Amino acid sequence: MKTKLTQAFRNHKALISFVVAGDPDFKQTVDHVVALAEAGCDIVELGIPFSDPVADGPEIQAADLRAFDSKTTPERVFEMVAAIREQTDISLVFLTYANLVYQYGYVAFAKRCAALRVSGLIIPDLPLEEQGELRPALVAQNVALIPLIAPTTTPDRIAAIAKAATGFIYVVSSMGVTGMRQSLTTDLTPLITAIRAETDTPIAIGFGIHTPEQAQKMAEQADGVIVGSAMVHEIASQQDVVAKLTTYTHELRQAVDSVAN
Amino acid sequence: MSTTTNPEMTMTKAGRYGDFGGQYVPETLMPELIRLDNAFQHYQHDADFQAELTDLLNNYANRPSLLSYAKRMSADLGGAQIYFKREDLNHTGAHKINNVLGQALLAKRMGKTRLIAETGAGQHGVATATIAALFGMDCEIYMGKMDTDRQALNVYRMELLGAKVHPVTTGSMVLKDAINAALQAWTQRCDDTAYIMGSATGPHPFPTMVRTFQSVISEEARKQSLELIGHLPDAVVACVGGGSNAIGSFANFIDDPDVQLIGCEAAGKGVTTPLTAATIECGRTGIFHGMKSIFLQDADGQISPVYSISAGLDYPGVGPEHARLAETGRAQYVGVTDDEAVDAFEYLAKTEGIICAIESAHAVAYVQKLAPTMRPDQTIICTLSGRGDKDVAAIAKYRGVTLNED
Ligand SMILES: Cc1ncc(COP(=O)(O)O)c(C=O)c1O
Repeated sequence: MKTKLTQAFRNHKALISFVVAGDPDFKQTVDHVVALAEAGCDIVELGIPFSDPVADGPEIQAADLRAFDSKTTPERVFEMVAAIREQTDISLVFLTYANLVYQYGYVAFAKRCAALRVSGLIIPDLPLEEQGELRPALVAQNVALIPLIAPTTTPDRIAAIAKAATGFIYVVSSMGVTGMRQSLTTDLTPLITAIRAETDTPIAIGFGIHTPEQAQKMAEQADGVIVGSAMVHEIASQQDVVAKLTTYTHELRQAVDSVAN
Repeated sequence: MSTTTNPEMTMTKAGRYGDFGGQYVPETLMPELIRLDNAFQHYQHDADFQAELTDLLNNYANRPSLLSYAKRMSADLGGAQIYFKREDLNHTGAHKINNVLGQALLAKRMGKTRLIAETGAGQHGVATATIAALFGMDCEIYMGKMDTDRQALNVYRMELLGAKVHPVTTGSMVLKDAINAALQAWTQRCDDTAYIMGSATGPHPFPTMVRTFQSVISEEARKQSLELIGHLPDAVVACVGGGSNAIGSFANFIDDPDVQLIGCEAAGKGVTTPLTAATIECGRTGIFHGMKSIFLQDADGQISPVYSISAGLDYPGVGPEHARLAETGRAQYVGVTDDEAVDAFEYLAKTEGIICAIESAHAVAYVQKLAPTMRPDQTIICTLSGRGDKDVAAIAKYRGVTLNED
């Protein structure tokens, strides 16, 4: 399945950022996403806040709480995307947990995504074994289901996940939950090589990346880098956020672009 | 260990009870769950493993547990004859040890050196800390801050046993949040660490594994009932948090359609209030904590904060096999309020000389309603999942009594 997402990786290493929708409110999220797009992000992941984000560390958990404080619901997030779409055509994907999609209805959710040109979904608690119930609804709407591959993923699973992947593959840099890490020790080369042997779907690395140096290192290994908690950290500062996100994105963009595609 | 076979209840595919169950967990954990499932499938049929487990159950945990006739209570209620399955007499004071012994022994066979677990009332944490001490393993327990406060005695118990207790301060700071924290900790470190799930909940293979290790309750109860009473019971009643003592109590009776199976959920302040934990009565199907099952949640699917006086029943979900048993109608689930449970706690103490866990008192409360509607030639087996020492201070507080513990 060729999607707009895959295009984002075509000309250079992709820079993917993550923010929680509604953190700290509707209007600021719209402004943040537009700023990220203008500063050079290729894809923005919008988190739809969930009451119990088991794959997320303290930084993103706190962002979810701020989003709940501003009365964010899945329906409000769709409205946010509509507002974002009035200003930018940047590739968007949702990151959320299985129950919110299940309760909305798989078909209805997929249609809503397609109508708003949301190109893909990342659902951390929906591993390969359980994707069957959602996949047909997404395929029908040409919405990608972006899988995760972890350092613990075994070769047989890598092959199966890579074959089923659409959009891009999200490689989790290290064990545990989301959050900034001082050092990223895991050597991902063998993992990336194993995935490459199975598919030409682009590979992005995420979890823990926050310095431009880390972003560059990861861009050397993969097709794109994902920066999440560090973006959320800037938003949490509540001061000059648009300027901070812009500057930070420029730095990351430069670091990532220093690596030849 | 029992091998209940019922065509209707046999898992439809790996880890599924009807459409309930599954493995809704991050990829990081999938390989470990698959390893665990393989190990469980293997050792479940391994004679040495079984022999060691049986020896530990009998000679360490004090099994088989008694099936006691509640003579005064039966006479007082004037209906069915009531028998208690006395899991309160197990070492560490609850049914939890049956499951912990099974899972910890499996962990040992898998080469793990460290056990982690969540706990609500603290009984599962105490059981896990106990077996970690017995096996010489490291142990860390995650417990909601609300629960470390209301079950302070169990926190100290775990520490005495050498475990480290982490008070969890996220969310509503109860069992659900402790499970989140324990799952996260396991995601960070699973190579040397086994997660000992405390109830028949979570991703496959936990619900099946916990059911298997707890079904010793009904394996014994069935045999004891035939020996002592001469026939099977007419009803089996147990409290349901995640559902481990209940599924263990039901397992060997599921194939006997004449045995009524009744699970008692914590209704808290009442099922018409938001202060409840009556999942099956008030919830609907969803996906959380690794399983598709029934959950208390809002219209969008955000998991609800729940409430019960009982820390062990204070959970917004239920194990997938219970969701299936409710769906097929094979078991019935009823709500019991805080008030009813506290009354039953006191009633059982005065009538039978047993101070049971506040969790178990939810089952006793329903037996008080059920027994008078039945004939004297009928019998009820009610599982007393635990003893109530841990609850005495909280009940005193509920009654407005100040205990001077200095
Ligand atoms: C004594 C006792 N009974 C019952 C429960 C509820 O758990 P389950 O529904 O898994 O039996 C607990 C949990 O902490 C408990 O300590």
